Amino acid sequence: MKTSKDIAELLDEPACEHNKKEKSGCAKPKPGSTAGGCAFDGAQIALLPIADVAHLVHGSIACAGSSWDNRGTRSSGSQLYQIGMTTDLTEQDVIMGRSEKRLFHSIKQAIDSYNPPAVFVYNTCVPALVGDDINAICKSAAERYGVPVIPIDCAGFYGTKNLGNRIAGDAMVNHVIGTREPEPSPQHPNYKIHDVNLIGEYNIAGEFWQVLPLLDEMGLRVLCTLSGDARFHEVQTMHRAEVNMMVCSKAMVNVARKLQKEYGTPWFEGSFYGISDTSQALRDFAKNLNDADLVERTEKVIAREEARIQAALEQWKARLKGKRVLLFTGGVKSWSVISALQDLDMVVVATGTKKSTEEDKARIRELMGEEAMMIEDGSPKALLKCVRDYKVDILIAGGRNMYTALKAKIPFLDINQEREFGYEGYQGMLELVRQLSLTIESPVWEAVRAPAPWKTTKETQHG
Amino acid sequence: MAEIIKRNKALSVNPLKASQPVGGTLATLGFDRAMPMLHGSQGCTAFAKVFFVRHFREPIPLQTTAMDQSSSVMGADENVIEGIKAIAEKSNPALIVVLTTGLAETQGADVHRNLKEFRETYPQFDHIAVVMVNTPDFTGCVETGYAATVYEIIKALVPNAAEAGTKPNNRPRQVNVLVSPMLTSGDLEALRDTIEQFNLRPVFVPDISDSLDGSLTEDDFSPVTIGGTPISELKTLGDATSTLVIGASLQKAGDLLKEKTGVPSYQFDHLYGLQANDDLILTLANISQQPVPERIERQRSQLQDAMLDTHFMLGQLRVAIAADPDQLNAFSHLLAGMGSEIVAAVTTAHTPVLANMPVKQIKIGDLEDLELLAKEHKAQLLIGNSHAVASAERLGIPILRAGFPLYDLIGGYQKTWVGYRGSRQALFDLANLVINFAHEEIEVYHSIYSQKFDAAQHHACSPSCH
Repeated sequence: MKTSKDIAELLDEPACEHNKKEKSGCAKPKPGSTAGGCAFDGAQIALLPIADVAHLVHGSIACAGSSWDNRGTRSSGSQLYQIGMTTDLTEQDVIMGRSEKRLFHSIKQAIDSYNPPAVFVYNTCVPALVGDDINAICKSAAERYGVPVIPIDCAGFYGTKNLGNRIAGDAMVNHVIGTREPEPSPQHPNYKIHDVNLIGEYNIAGEFWQVLPLLDEMGLRVLCTLSGDARFHEVQTMHRAEVNMMVCSKAMVNVARKLQKEYGTPWFEGSFYGISDTSQALRDFAKNLNDADLVERTEKVIAREEARIQAALEQWKARLKGKRVLLFTGGVKSWSVISALQDLDMVVVATGTKKSTEEDKARIRELMGEEAMMIEDGSPKALLKCVRDYKVDILIAGGRNMYTALKAKIPFLDINQEREFGYEGYQGMLELVRQLSLTIESPVWEAVRAPAPWKTTKETQHG
Repeated sequence: MAEIIKRNKALSVNPLKASQPVGGTLATLGFDRAMPMLHGSQGCTAFAKVFFVRHFREPIPLQTTAMDQSSSVMGADENVIEGIKAIAEKSNPALIVVLTTGLAETQGADVHRNLKEFRETYPQFDHIAVVMVNTPDFTGCVETGYAATVYEIIKALVPNAAEAGTKPNNRPRQVNVLVSPMLTSGDLEALRDTIEQFNLRPVFVPDISDSLDGSLTEDDFSPVTIGGTPISELKTLGDATSTLVIGASLQKAGDLLKEKTGVPSYQFDHLYGLQANDDLILTLANISQQPVPERIERQRSQLQDAMLDTHFMLGQLRVAIAADPDQLNAFSHLLAGMGSEIVAAVTTAHTPVLANMPVKQIKIGDLEDLELLAKEHKAQLLIGNSHAVASAERLGIPILRAGFPLYDLIGGYQKTWVGYRGSRQALFDLANLVINFAHEEIEVYHSIYSQKFDAAQHHACSPSCH
């Protein structure tokens, strides 16, 4: 089990502005009125997209049983990440103290059956509480079987999903990154190829494949995306990047910070949601790499892509212009999606900030103005009130809120990691507008809001 | 007698099983204005919630005691008491069910003592029913967690006949029906319809057909369940004329109800296929003292006709099934009655019903076990939940989706399996899956002297090959 001191250190993130304030980290959850995942959930979400690794959940069935096979992330090759593995601890294991032994044998079984380049062991509540020493077991299993076995100590009771993201990042920095050198840099006759990383890019529905061709064209070799469509040996080489892009807000900012500290790699924060943000991210790559030729070529790519997508979006923009959006993403993507919606001339009337960092919030104010409505209370009741008060046309939120919206007969768009559609990059905007108009313009709203005809007649008769 | 093979490997790969707290949650969601709360860390609740949201495509009320590092180590009594209080204050439910998890049980939680303390401290909430259930996830499965919850609810909320003055047959038309988690909302609707045709009034315990049937309500939002068995109905169970217990897993709960109320009880392990439904209809006719309605006779003969039509496809068909015990038992009987061979049967927990299943072997295991057995015995059809779809793809055989969770089948949560009509449709669905390719096609032979001169004769592929 991690000590309170370890957890406090993980919560203490110097790269976050709000860290200086008295109330750092996350508020203590209140029994009986709390929503959201745990540290294990966050760690698994952060690392599961590493496609060729055996992801082994050490715990009783509740942890893996309800959560495996539950992601929208895509792999271009190995599908091993889709195989759910768990020690599925029994009562006897817990009482007789046999869970460590079971873990050790489980690691062997995973290696024997699937021959993975590495095994990730996720520690959960029950073994953490009984005191399984997963670090020692992973170490001795790695020595015995000659395969890296990485401990990710992420028991649910340590804290929130956000903490789990950091635990995951920490495990990569401490155990994986820097353990292998990348292949020699390829040569190009006309320009220099640069090595880069993306941190916090999950390739949901394959959306990063709408951006990657542009990076290829610019001459950026992506050593690793942590963790969408990544392979274990790619994560090992992340220390050699010339610049890191932090995608998706601050979830794994500790990785970027530590890579800067240990290897001097500069990093910047960006997003591929929306036209202006995508262009900005490409520019930031060029700027950070300090390559005048790249800057020039990047501008050409941006000009061409922006012109192409603006023309394609023309007819959609007319349909979506002025539509009022309530954005409740649970935090991480709040500002990046705002920018995408503003590119479409839609009005974001309010946004959820429950899990956003202070810096995210500052960014939101910058985008939406000082009067930006920020919602801390993500309860269904509060969301629906906001929808009514602000005459919202569509709720954009995570899948968990989908049925809250539908039951209240409000158009909805799923923005979280379980979704089926990719919105990144210039091309992603086309999918976004299609999905937005699909729900906003649907004829079903009128049909489900209207009362049955006999009820209307009755009401008319009465008054 | 089936031979039961226990788990014999360290690692569980592609789990079939979901946890006991998930089952307890499902049972609770079948009561009106109810709120389940898992006693564990936040993630326990978040995962269970997503599990059901994806299955039912409905908002799911579910709370957590939110155990953190210090309460996990130092004790979480306060979390339980505060959690109950918060729900009572905020949502004014009729029923709160606290379900323990592996974390709470390992720590040594005593939720029954917590409830006592809650009652002493907060008498203002005495009108709200609170039931505590031990559902550690390191043992059992969805079905056992569900059964334990139904048992505890009956124990806590159904009064003993002697104290409450209830008497069997005080309500001569009321029939109590305890239902296993294998019954869908569609099953319950069909069953209600059947029972009502005998002029009887069923009271389902629990009743997800009234709370998780996918319907729109006037209100935009409710923090607790809308619909389900009203808690007040539990006081009337002792006045019923009979109790029907559907599902072997609920036998213990059924016995308890009988013991408390004296109402005679009839046990049905499942309602799939001709034989099981004949038993049910005969029982209903006896209870109601009414002849079997013509409509039901008609449906029975329709099922018989379907059995004839489909026995060509289903006879000797090699089937692999992965399900919780009650449903595995139901499918095994349905298919054995059609002459199919169950070549792989995998389930999640060792329960008494397994011993009498019409199969040679039953494996307590996961979907990897299912896949290996199906491959070894050349299964031609698979029955399982949405997780098993990937297994079917790897095996290259069709799958009939059944059980929990079904997240890639719209409306799967309400499919009707029971009764003569439900069984008939199930046979049609099974037969349709194999009608084109279950039998081994004779390989095309091209004579060495052939003068047919087809251009692409060596590349041709019949529509049924894949």
